[in-house]
Amino acid sequence: MTEDCEVTVTVNGRRHHSRVEPRRLLVDYLRHDLGLTGTHIGCEQGVCGACTVLLDGRTARSCLHFAVAVDGSEIRTVEDLAEVDQLHPIQEMFHQKHALQCGFCTPGFLLTTLELLESTPDPDEATIRETLMNNVCRCTGYANIVDAVAEAAVELRRGHQS
Amino acid sequence: MKPAPFSFVAPESLDEVIQTLAAHGDDARILAGGQSLVPLMNLRLARPEVLVSINRCDELDYTRLSGDRLVVGALVRQIDAETSPLVGAECPLLATALRYVGLPATRNRGTVCGSLAHCDPLAELPAVALALDAELVLTSSAGERRVPAHDFFVAEMTTCIEPGEIVSAVAFKRQDPSERSALREVSNGGNVFPVGGVALRWASADGTCTMARIAAFGVGSVAQRLIDAEEALVGTDLSPEAIAASVAAARNAVNPTGDMHADAEYRRHLVGVLVERCLAEGASE
Repeated sequence: MTEDCEVTVTVNGRRHHSRVEPRRLLVDYLRHDLGLTGTHIGCEQGVCGACTVLLDGRTARSCLHFAVAVDGSEIRTVEDLAEVDQLHPIQEMFHQKHALQCGFCTPGFLLTTLELLESTPDPDEATIRETLMNNVCRCTGYANIVDAVAEAAVELRRGHQS
Repeated sequence: MKPAPFSFVAPESLDEVIQTLAAHGDDARILAGGQSLVPLMNLRLARPEVLVSINRCDELDYTRLSGDRLVVGALVRQIDAETSPLVGAECPLLATALRYVGLPATRNRGTVCGSLAHCDPLAELPAVALALDAELVLTSSAGERRVPAHDFFVAEMTTCIEPGEIVSAVAFKRQDPSERSALREVSNGGNVFPVGGVALRWASADGTCTMARIAAFGVGSVAQRLIDAEEALVGTDLSPEAIAASVAAARNAVNPTGDMHADAEYRRHLVGVLVERCLAEGASE
């Protein structure tokens, strides 16, 4: 009765067609079936945000979705950010501002930041902090992450002007 | 952990959904946003045999006016209701409350009706449904019934939804532009589950309160309307004495339990404080 289901999704611009067990979580589908291990699994109950991806342009916990239930969706993961030899400006600023220590939570923070800066190019600190409630970091104490997001916003605005 | 095995169906219409539910009865659960159900499944606290996704049912993704009601379909995501100009104009209390629900990333997927059906005692939306005299639209192969919010929420995680039924929509009472409303909650820092909260709505004419709805959440096993506290306001001029009477009635009406976040007496006290703050906030609008 728990038959495998067909699923077609576009991940980072590439279409994938698979047969998966209904209980396959999106995060496990990305990691195990597609080999995209940049998306991390933390709490598996939607609290920590390490598994955050963009699902049809909006942040989503990939541990709280079944792959079969997002059939037809467009997904962006952390692998979509950097070019071959060049970090995305958000990644570059996380690097420069020491916004990570162990780095486990970072992929989720990067996607949350991407969603924020795509909709709000010039966020104030309160907006940045409210947005970052989506994600938990147990190393940095957040100060450097807030700085990195603010600097990334400046960098992205500069990029758009040039 | 990973969920237990289940079979998955994704019907494309409400008709198909209710036929599927009729075929599977108690074994089936509805999957809308899944932001409360999937954590329970990952922890194996919920093990539905059949998951019926409504995410393809575009017909359930609507927000519209019907008479004196604002009707929100089963597939309306919390974020879309929160940012909807129609919701902001017709039910500002709902729009206000949605900013407190979960986290931005869970609001992107979670639905208004899903939160009501889940009936978490800490959730804001059941209290909003009580304060806005909402009716839940329950649809099954036998037809449709409309249940007032105060009959719908039964106990912790328990509603009057029968096997074979889906909450296909919720119909909130439209707020009159002259009405005031507010929602306040207290949590232990950040955007986490509250230890208690109050949703409040009232109307006045010529300085006299003509209607009040007060609902508390997080201070009992299920969201609760505080009718004695409402009655203490109606017919008064909302003087400090009237408010004090309402606060006392609110504290008297709840029966909170203690846990590691707050003890029972704290929660009882808190309900009164939040009633007062809601009235002050609404009055200063």
